[in-house]
Amino acid sequence: MRMELIQPFINAADAVFAESLQAPTKIVDLEMDQEAYRRKGVAALIAIKGDIEGRVILDLSPEVAVKVASQLAGVEVEASEQVVRETVCEMANMVIGNSVTLLNDQGFHFKVFPPEIHMDETGLAGSADTEALVICIETPCGEIYLNIAMHYLHRRRQERNAVPALD
Amino acid sequence: MKQFAALLRKDNQPVRYLVVDDSVFARKNLIKMIEMFGGEVAGEAGDGLTAIAELNRISPDIVLMDITMPQMEGIEAVERIVRQHPSARIVMVSSVGYQENILAALQKGAKHFVQKPVKPEVLYEILRYVLSDDPNAVGVPVAMAGEHRS
Repeated sequence: MRMELIQPFINAADAVFAESLQAPTKIVDLEMDQEAYRRKGVAALIAIKGDIEGRVILDLSPEVAVKVASQLAGVEVEASEQVVRETVCEMANMVIGNSVTLLNDQGFHFKVFPPEIHMDETGLAGSADTEALVICIETPCGEIYLNIAMHYLHRRRQERNAVPALD
Repeated sequence: MKQFAALLRKDNQPVRYLVVDDSVFARKNLIKMIEMFGGEVAGEAGDGLTAIAELNRISPDIVLMDITMPQMEGIEAVERIVRQHPSARIVMVSSVGYQENILAALQKGAKHFVQKPVKPEVLYEILRYVLSDDPNAVGVPVAMAGEHRS
């Protein structure tokens, strides 16, 4: 796994959570995973296709999602499935949006698909045999997990052009 | 919590906003900031099509517009709104802030861009700039938000 593709997601997640929750966050666990991803709470999967391909899963428990929702809204929010879904999607969108901005400014071009919410018990489709980095981030609202699997599809244009032609 | 001087219209009334975002929480977050700035939320919409209808109905002073939304995306909505209302003041609010997106929005007629998560002080400065750009609705900080105005 190429860390230069992973780092923008970690940086973006850290910045987004700290800014949204108005408090510092901390990475408390980091591990490689090759199993089909089994969610810990409610998971939003965002697929990426283009110069780089892969997927990012943002995963948090419903209790944490409600606390995050209350923080985002500025008032106490009543727990419901819709609140949980919307919160997970919004957090995922913000993390991905910020990561994509960093990667795009580095010259990568790709398409980001809307988040798919997963609440079932089975492993997430398409995530088996995928080497992923799983990060646990501690926030004031509780733990939030990021599962990132990303690889190059094509070498970037500049790198392709830089390769000398063989005679 | 940081206090902001109220952004008011030339007639000393609160600036009226239309908030467009498919996420309820993103809208609530923006509404919280608008209230901090002494503004008034005239309407909300969850997609570009509804935003156009709401804009025609309520004629807000400023539109805060997300980009990625169902039915009609923000950039297309900006194009349609500006075609009908060339003086519309639209500020894009999106988590995707790369150059192509920003340029596309500005080319279609958006006045500015702010990236999510939105920092109140950044949005405040952008709104002040966008309001002061138009001589018909000057955003002059004349009172602290939340204070009584005479």
